[in-house]
Amino acid sequence: MQNKLSLSISPHIRKKESITRIMWTVFLCLLPSGIAGIFIFGIRSLWIIFACISTAMLTEALILFLRHKKLAIADGSAALTGLLLAYNLPSTFPVWMACVGSFFAIAVCKQAFGGLGRNIFNPALAGRAFLVIAWPKYMVSFSKPFIYVDSITAATPLNLLKQGRIESIQQAGLDYFDMFLGNRGGCIGEVCIACLILGAIFLLWRRIISWHIPASFITTLALLTFFLGGPQVGQADVLFSIMAGGVVLGAFFMATDYVTSALTDKGKLIFGFGCGLLTFIIRKWGGYPEGVSFAILIMNATVPLLDRFCSPRIYGYEKNT
Amino acid sequence: MDMKKTLKEFTKGILRENPVFVIALGLCPTLAVSVSLENALGMGLAASFVLLFSNLLISAIRNIVPARIRIPCFIVVIASFVTIVELLMAAFSPQLARQLGIFVPLIVVNCIILGRAESFASRNTVFLSVLDGLGMGLGFTLALSLIAVIREFLGSGKILGHVLFESFPPATIMILAPGALLTMGLLIGLINLITSRNKG
Repeated sequence: MQNKLSLSISPHIRKKESITRIMWTVFLCLLPSGIAGIFIFGIRSLWIIFACISTAMLTEALILFLRHKKLAIADGSAALTGLLLAYNLPSTFPVWMACVGSFFAIAVCKQAFGGLGRNIFNPALAGRAFLVIAWPKYMVSFSKPFIYVDSITAATPLNLLKQGRIESIQQAGLDYFDMFLGNRGGCIGEVCIACLILGAIFLLWRRIISWHIPASFITTLALLTFFLGGPQVGQADVLFSIMAGGVVLGAFFMATDYVTSALTDKGKLIFGFGCGLLTFIIRKWGGYPEGVSFAILIMNATVPLLDRFCSPRIYGYEKNT
Repeated sequence: MDMKKTLKEFTKGILRENPVFVIALGLCPTLAVSVSLENALGMGLAASFVLLFSNLLISAIRNIVPARIRIPCFIVVIASFVTIVELLMAAFSPQLARQLGIFVPLIVVNCIILGRAESFASRNTVFLSVLDGLGMGLGFTLALSLIAVIREFLGSGKILGHVLFESFPPATIMILAPGALLTMGLLIGLINLITSRNKG
């Protein structure tokens, strides 16, 4: 009787959700795409994925040890960073460079800012950006799907589009079904749209990610491509622009990172809009053929402003205070 | 005069009040010029020369310069020495002068030099100001060289132009602007760590 009447402080309702659970769920949802990538580009992809994940976890453990913190590497956040970084690399990428990128992602972009929850930029994407600027030559040599020989490389469809060699997907010798299954040149984890969508649907169903960022990201990119992408309004290949490059991987799995995206629904919509807009600008007028990673990184920097701009009214207070 | 205190005016610039890592002044040349050790040494020596002689002259004239127009006076003194350095460099090492480019004339507006003139040389004796200028110049040169060694080694695989490794392609990012900011940020963090441990 005594126990029933005693009160504890809030929260009173607890869920099983925890950082560990969420991180490993996202990790599992990403796995099909990686398996597809290994199947498409050969066993080399597996070594890159393995190298990135192990370097990320070792670096995290080392730095947590040096900082005298609890060795929380089993929470999966470092493993997820490593996996995402590997998914953003071409399968021909040298393994030791992938390790350097993974080390940079964890050591500089995450732990130097204070560890999990305190990083401004998505560590995996910052690692990728580091590698793009450090070794640009190796980041743009993609192997042809289903050839399994390192020396044969192929440009990605977006690269061909950037160089003006093709105007539509058919000229690249592909159709939408190829793009959907991943039968094209590209990074390890971004090519198989079918697998990514499968994982994304699971995450949406379990409410681990919300629809706001992916929806506004992809809609913005599609609308801009429709109106401004082609020589005339309506001539651009909208479906191609969404399926090419890392849009699906970026919109569902990287722009939705809890730490580096906006908190409120309104903020998330603006965040996604900015990502779409910047992706389109970089693709259309920028120096790089693909702009998803830089777009998300730039929007990461605006998150503190977005959160302040979109902060909800506190219950019992006037709106503008 | 207390010998230890005098010596401190010299040594403070090297680590405890390092112009780059602790006071964070003169960052523009630091970031721009530190792509190679050669450039860094050239820049460091040029700035040290100006720092030494401007400190000397400004402390000598500190009692006759009216307070209200002291900054223009300092700038004129500094600009004269910068012109000397610029002409000397163009005459005796034209290649270095070309590589450093606009950053040699820009020493005129280098915050370290004006900062030392304003906060130290205009308030202290000639002897102490010379020590301060030497220490600060040495600190600046050392800081610049440290950043440059790291950037040149990682970014182009060389030290002072000598190729050290060829089997690994160097990371281009280190000799670009992001590399400068990364190196400097991490070094400042490291130095803060060391100094805080020494204190505690």
